[in-house]
Amino acid sequence: MTLQSVIDAVGLESVLVPDAHVEVTGAYTSDLLSDVVAHCPDGALLVTVQNHKNSVAVCTLVGAPAIVVVHDREIPDDMLDVARREGVALLRTPEDQFTASCRLGCVFKRAD
Amino acid sequence: MSAAPQTHATAATLGGTDPAGGHEPLVLLELIQRLKVRDVMTTKLTTVSRAAPLRQVQELMRKKKISGVPVEESGRFFGLVSIDDIIRALGGGYIEDACSRHMTTKLVVLEDDMPLSFALRYFDRYHYGRFPVLNRDQRLVGIICQRDINRALLVELTRELHRLESSSAKNAEQDGTASIYVLREFPICKYDFENAGKAANQIKQLLQEKKFPPKIIRRIAVAAYELEINLCVHSDGGVLSWQISNGRAEIIARDAGPGIEDVEWACRDGTSTANEWIRSLGFGAGMGLVNVKRVSDEFEITSKKGSGTTVKSVIYTDVAEQG
Repeated sequence: MTLQSVIDAVGLESVLVPDAHVEVTGAYTSDLLSDVVAHCPDGALLVTVQNHKNSVAVCTLVGAPAIVVVHDREIPDDMLDVARREGVALLRTPEDQFTASCRLGCVFKRAD
Repeated sequence: MSAAPQTHATAATLGGTDPAGGHEPLVLLELIQRLKVRDVMTTKLTTVSRAAPLRQVQELMRKKKISGVPVEESGRFFGLVSIDDIIRALGGGYIEDACSRHMTTKLVVLEDDMPLSFALRYFDRYHYGRFPVLNRDQRLVGIICQRDINRALLVELTRELHRLESSSAKNAEQDGTASIYVLREFPICKYDFENAGKAANQIKQLLQEKKFPPKIIRRIAVAAYELEINLCVHSDGGVLSWQISNGRAEIIARDAGPGIEDVEWACRDGTSTANEWIRSLGFGAGMGLVNVKRVSDEFEITSKKGSGTTVKSVIYTDVAEQG
């Protein structure tokens, strides 16, 4: 699926989308960056409460094209700057991690 | 008056603009991160007591060819008399007054264990000719001016150049081929989350350029990232080095302290000494060393409480693409 089709299907807020047509393979939900580094699959969206630039660094490392920040948490400017530089999309949802993950799960299941 | 000088800049924040403008050679950026203020500052200080007359400071400045004299008693720092203060005293006719009455007390000071990059940022921000340097106990231990920085950087760059020349000569002798891809060192500063992950990312990019198998790249990147974060979170600062040669990627994290009391415990999943602040950033879950071990073909850790820790991770790169 393309990132844009996921954004539309789940109703995510696009804070920064460097490439709407990038292929997204699934999602991974975690707030522990070591866990993300160890297990997040290449091409997955990261669903997290971690609204800081270290999350972007981790996504760059594992090849995750986008971060979904839950609870509408504010995205700080330095996170936005790093994400722009690294080409990582920043998305937002007012929902909690469980609900957001369930919605994403349904979207990816339908796409299968 | 015995009020201590205001030290409103000692709690400098990490981050902000790149002190060197972001376009300097990497080796220079590494140097200004690795060198501490204490490595560069002048420690042979000419100081005066609070009771000393400004006339005496004027004489000292003339004889020693210096433009600022700290006012200090038994290591306690009270203020600074600058050439401007002396000029004003001569004009105002109070050159025989005690320093304590006219010295500058609203001062920006640096701490001796700050990276040199902080000092450069401060020179850029405040346009002062010099900064007094205090240690952790707020004692005056030195003074730093831009000339000190230039001198230290020249010395270090020359040393670095010699090291690079001799290491490339040695490598050419050893195998005469380009089988050693890279030997790099990244200095990592304590709590420098601003730059956390940069070393691992550079390693990853280089491996991608060299067309290593993606799974091998991921394992090397994971080991490098976790070791980098460990240095940042747990050590007093250290060096992450890596080398790829003869079918092996070797990543070594070395620090000078504080050391691990129980290495076996530290390598267990979920155990961590990280504080709440570190955890709130998503670090310190106690998975770091476990992750490194998991992706490594060889793993070694040596540590002693009170001294340093060295972690070595080796990943074989010559294997066929793994499933």
